[in-house]
Amino acid sequence: MGVTPKLGNLGVVTTGLEDAVNWARTGATWPLLFGLACCAIEYMSTQAGNYDLARFGMELNRASPRQADLMIVAGRVTRKMAPVVRQLYDQMSDPKWVISMGDCASCGGVYNNYAVVQGVDEIIPVDVYVAGCPPRPEQLMHGILTLHEKIKGERIADWA
Amino acid sequence: MNIPDPLDPVAALNAAHPDAIKDTKTFRDELTIIIEPQDVPTVLRYLRDTPGLIYNYLSDISPVDYYPEYDRPARFGVSYHIYSMLYNRRLRVKTFVEEDEPVVPTATTIWPGANWLEREAHDMMGIVFDGHPDLRRLLMPADWDGHPHRRDYPLGYETIQFSFNVEEIMKHKPFAKE
Amino acid sequence: MAEMTAPTTGPTTDMSQWQGSLDELRGLVSDRAMTGETMLLNMGPHHPSTHGVLRLLLELDGEEVVSCLPDVGFLHTGIEKNIESKTYEKGVTLTDRMDYLAPMSNNMAFNLAVEKLVDLDVPPRGQVIRVICLELTRIQSHLVWLGTHAIDMGAMSVFLYCFRERERILDMFEMLSGQRMMGSYFRPGGVWRDLRPEFLPALEDFLDYFPAKIEDYEKLLTSNPLWLDRTQGVGIIEPDVALAWGVSGPSLRGSGVNWDIRKAMPYSGYENYEFNVPLGEHGDVYDRYIIRIQEMRESLKIIRQAIDNLPDGPFRSENRKFVPPPRTELGQSMEAVIHHFKLWTEGFSAPDDEVFVAIESPRGEIGCYIHGTGGTMPRKVRFKTPSFMHIQAIPVMSEGHMIADLVGIIGSVDIVLGDCDR
Repeated sequence: MGVTPKLGNLGVVTTGLEDAVNWARTGATWPLLFGLACCAIEYMSTQAGNYDLARFGMELNRASPRQADLMIVAGRVTRKMAPVVRQLYDQMSDPKWVISMGDCASCGGVYNNYAVVQGVDEIIPVDVYVAGCPPRPEQLMHGILTLHEKIKGERIADWA
Repeated sequence: MNIPDPLDPVAALNAAHPDAIKDTKTFRDELTIIIEPQDVPTVLRYLRDTPGLIYNYLSDISPVDYYPEYDRPARFGVSYHIYSMLYNRRLRVKTFVEEDEPVVPTATTIWPGANWLEREAHDMMGIVFDGHPDLRRLLMPADWDGHPHRRDYPLGYETIQFSFNVEEIMKHKPFAKE
Repeated sequence: MAEMTAPTTGPTTDMSQWQGSLDELRGLVSDRAMTGETMLLNMGPHHPSTHGVLRLLLELDGEEVVSCLPDVGFLHTGIEKNIESKTYEKGVTLTDRMDYLAPMSNNMAFNLAVEKLVDLDVPPRGQVIRVICLELTRIQSHLVWLGTHAIDMGAMSVFLYCFRERERILDMFEMLSGQRMMGSYFRPGGVWRDLRPEFLPALEDFLDYFPAKIEDYEKLLTSNPLWLDRTQGVGIIEPDVALAWGVSGPSLRGSGVNWDIRKAMPYSGYENYEFNVPLGEHGDVYDRYIIRIQEMRESLKIIRQAIDNLPDGPFRSENRKFVPPPRTELGQSMEAVIHHFKLWTEGFSAPDDEVFVAIESPRGEIGCYIHGTGGTMPRKVRFKTPSFMHIQAIPVMSEGHMIADLVGIIGSVDIVLGDCDR
């Protein structure tokens, strides 16, 4: 639908409801402070000054799942940690999205053994997978932009 | 300050506890003393407290599983790596424990830092430390079955996905829907 | 079909393993908890200030911590068992990911143990390159420590400054191995490839630029009255208690024990460098902070000496029984092709015996115990990691302190849960 300015320079625009809401949602998806392992360090690097996550409005991590929109599962999820991940995901309120950052969260990564869950999508539904071990900050930002594209494509029927 | 001269640990142990040492071995400049499991606390305490030896730092407790080979005295070996800061030397004290009764007296009375090292040895290899204050599972979930680092415990891997079997695997993989 | 051949309990999402009863804690917490006089609080695996997934069961008397039970294992990846099914050269990549803030230190411990086991030499250039990388790793790890410790105590800008400096170091690591963090740059016999031409100028730039930054951090924190109030006298551990609990590294030197493996049992040519080992007096959080800041300066000194004395020559051992030949040799020599084939398909064999090697990582003493089989894969690889011993000692350090101090204590012992759980 897009944004169409009306009435010249009176400063009024008209747009569709979905576009407006989706644009607002992509503006500042607050991530849940959920770093597990090495990918968390790259996530912290992405948040720091050099590759800034504040440009997406994501510079603050909410520790409480109730206040977070986005769960970036950064690091390997072990069988002992799996119920915790699920409980945190359940405690997040809608709308919520999940980025699975790194190889271990996406598919088990280098570890194909008894202790690591082979992909966090066995436990929670994932929206975007970011590959890498650990993914470069640019890769993570590409993943976030992909998520923004996905959010912008949501329709009223999909909203919870 | 008068520091006594360093003693040879094997000679000193042979003098103080004559039947304790079963064997010694030197490999790549590392001395290993092999003892019986029940002698572990006495030998370690002697090595820690005797002037001339003073092995005051416990570096590591490493269990080894010799399954399925039969050329070692028993199935499990437990190595205590100790270090003397005063004389700057390391020593390994090793003991072999049987499979059906893997019991070793605890070293926590000598070094409290052995607490978690022994818990991990118990969790991963199934070696029971007699007298340990709190022998629970440490790294695995509390209700886990089996001891993962044993050689007969499978690695538990998922089949590698190639293009010919990927659909088959994906059908059986549990995916979360909501 | 998915072949889960281990008797696992599945990727369980049921929370029943968390519903325990108070009886299970009898003997582990003080008796006052049984009657409800003190409160049991779960500082759970998901918490902003526990550096990683650490669960602490706190017993609180008001705000004061009476006892503290750590529960680890939320990041246990079975790396050691995985290495047992890989050859020695392939196992190096897995060791990177244990202590993920100091990947090259883990590499070093493993490689030193493998080299000792098979009696493999490392040429002088390889040793000096390893020292440069290890000291850069130490600086980079201390920067992350400082950033996260300060942000836990409330000083947020230090986090941003530290990570800005760390980017320079990560750029240099990328020049060496292609990867910012987990490079697997150290291999048995030396390093993977030679230094790139752009590495040494970047390193010289860094050495000129970094000392002023350490001054910046000190200006922000060292004489800051808030910092002093929160860190002095907190988390004291006596030297003999620390030794008994197996504490090592800067946390032990904070209590005054002068033990640095780089000085006591030098490896990789450390005996050729002149550097001081900073020692603390009181064993509190402040001393451990000062020691790590000083260690960053000492690392700069070591790097300076290493660059000035960088010898020429091969960067990896030429012993073709253990080290695969470079690609250029393959077109010229039949033996090279045979060695290449054998080493990359099967790997080299190690004797059926055991070694133990310890190095000084930024956190403390990493010990690597390898027992070979006589074949190409190890029988048992075990890492004794410093964070494992330090988390045991946290209850000793934190008794009688308040929760806010506990956050500072956890930060000051510099734990990394990947290091603890492996």
